Amino acid sequence: MKRRNLMKLPLAAVALSLAASVATAQDAERKIIGVAIPTATHGFMGGLNWHARDTIDRLGKVYPNLEFVLSTSGEAAKQVSDIEDMLATRNIDALVVLPFESEPLTDPVKQVKAAGKFVTVVDRGLSEEGIEDLYVAGDNTAFGRVAGEYFRDNLEPGAKIVVLRGIPTTLDNERVEAFQAAMEGSDKEILDMQHGNWNRDDAFKVMQDYLAKYPQIDAVWAADDDMAVGVLEAIAQAGREGEMVVVGGAGMKDIVKRIMENDPQLPVNVTYPPALISSAIEMTALHFVSNAPMAGRYIIGSQLITPENAEQFYYPDSPF
Amino acid sequence: MKRIDLHLLGPLIALIGLFILGALLNPAFLAPANLSNVLARSAFIGLIAVGMTFVITQGGIDLSVGSMAAFIAGITIMAMNALAPITGANWGTILLGMGVALAGGALAGYVNGALVTKARIEAFIVTLGTMGIFRSLVTWLADGGTLSLDSGLRTLYRPVYFGGIGWITWPIIVFAIVAVLGEWTMRHTRFGRHVEATGSNDRVARYSAVDVARVRLQTYVLLGALVGLATILYVPRLGSASGSTGVLWELEAIAAVIIGGTALKGGTGRVWGTVVGVLILSLIDNILNLADLVSPYLNGAIQGVIIVLAVVLQREKRTADER
Repeated sequence: MKRRNLMKLPLAAVALSLAASVATAQDAERKIIGVAIPTATHGFMGGLNWHARDTIDRLGKVYPNLEFVLSTSGEAAKQVSDIEDMLATRNIDALVVLPFESEPLTDPVKQVKAAGKFVTVVDRGLSEEGIEDLYVAGDNTAFGRVAGEYFRDNLEPGAKIVVLRGIPTTLDNERVEAFQAAMEGSDKEILDMQHGNWNRDDAFKVMQDYLAKYPQIDAVWAADDDMAVGVLEAIAQAGREGEMVVVGGAGMKDIVKRIMENDPQLPVNVTYPPALISSAIEMTALHFVSNAPMAGRYIIGSQLITPENAEQFYYPDSPF
Repeated sequence: MKRIDLHLLGPLIALIGLFILGALLNPAFLAPANLSNVLARSAFIGLIAVGMTFVITQGGIDLSVGSMAAFIAGITIMAMNALAPITGANWGTILLGMGVALAGGALAGYVNGALVTKARIEAFIVTLGTMGIFRSLVTWLADGGTLSLDSGLRTLYRPVYFGGIGWITWPIIVFAIVAVLGEWTMRHTRFGRHVEATGSNDRVARYSAVDVARVRLQTYVLLGALVGLATILYVPRLGSASGSTGVLWELEAIAAVIIGGTALKGGTGRVWGTVVGVLILSLIDNILNLADLVSPYLNGAIQGVIIVLAVVLQREKRTADER
């Protein structure tokens, strides 16, 4: 028995080396792209996860030599481990990352870059400049400015506005500062700003309190459509639907639908598309399959969704 | 003669103090509409906290209630959406949905309780595990987005949260009934006495012919059913459930129980204290929103200070008792 096995050994070795050479030949043209994004914990991230999966499915079919590894993580430390695993066990050629938090992710992503991989950073920048090859993001300043300009140009003089802010972050600060800057010098008044944490229930509570506190409110900037849903419910409960307009943001499909239908309570919305992850993955894929240059910064503008153009922002299949 | 126990009355005095403060800071505070909002908002946490009082009193803990509420809300909405084409958008469908919520809650509570009593795993670990499981399940069911109730059913179901007798809405009524029943159960029934006996010394309780495992299991099932009841009131409010529903409710409920004077290590439970604790927490939130007293960044800090203060007061009482 032993002998027979020993006789087989050289054969096995030949077979193995053959298999290995086939594998390396395939690797030469096969490119693996790692995608690391946060878990779907709220509407916007849910939409982003959906678009990521949708894009990966589609690109995988179009380009058979591209392979994708997707990881979703609920916290920064887990995302770091995921990225380390991708590099160590899958030997990725490119990384598309939406950093859970900027600071803790900066160094691990730097390591990926140092290993000679193509790095695409999405939405939240790293805390050090010049690491990534490609940066794809929404425009937070424009997100606040577009809403502010809409209020400045379309509300009656002396109109009173309340604001619901997101989770306290630099991103939220950028938006709110741009909003205030756009409103500055106008004859409209910002009554109050509280944190609704991009959450329906919190926004509902804060709006209930606003309605108790202020007899006159003409407009609400809910800054996110999840919060807008809570705000609308609180207004309906108080029976003050006719008194104020609500402007949310990010283009949730239900809200976009109501804008399409000319709902007087929801005149406009401001985009901050969760589909920006698709742009990032697609451009990273193009880096490998086309000769088009793909490095640099790609900022997706925030557009005003109005009843006229709403149709092009309506994705009925997305969960967001 | 009975001595007035300041520690016992502490939470009540704090509540009255908050009322006066609120009224002084903003006259809108005492408007019926505002009080109705605050009370109705408290009802979810309140119902859960009443159940939590029993669990903590028997010496256990349940960290999964917030995730459980989100999960139950999710399956309730899915059940009603699935039933609507068959049974139609009517009260029958909604009653079936309510049944799903109650049964689902009791079942989820049973799973927690069985893992604690039959598999003999620490309650903290069991519910830490199920907390993650329930939260992931609802996110998965919703495909990362939001589960929304069919709009016809929503219109019909809406009055369950927003309607009521005058400004006293149904959530407030349900909360009040459950609170009274809870206090009565804790004080005047055999089950209540067994819960306290189990929490204060489970070995002595066992020697006194108390079926400790059964009592423990029952408290988890009771808590689960109350989470289901809270969900029944929650779903009509926004008609939706998502991965961010009920985040940190478990901590709010536990905080309310502790502020109300129930010992975290078990043995004594005060349901009426829990009710006061819940009201204190939501009043602080409301007053901070109405008054612009501090930066909104600090709201959480103020609530934290109140929770710690409440526990410090109780510890002083306990050491005084032990002396």
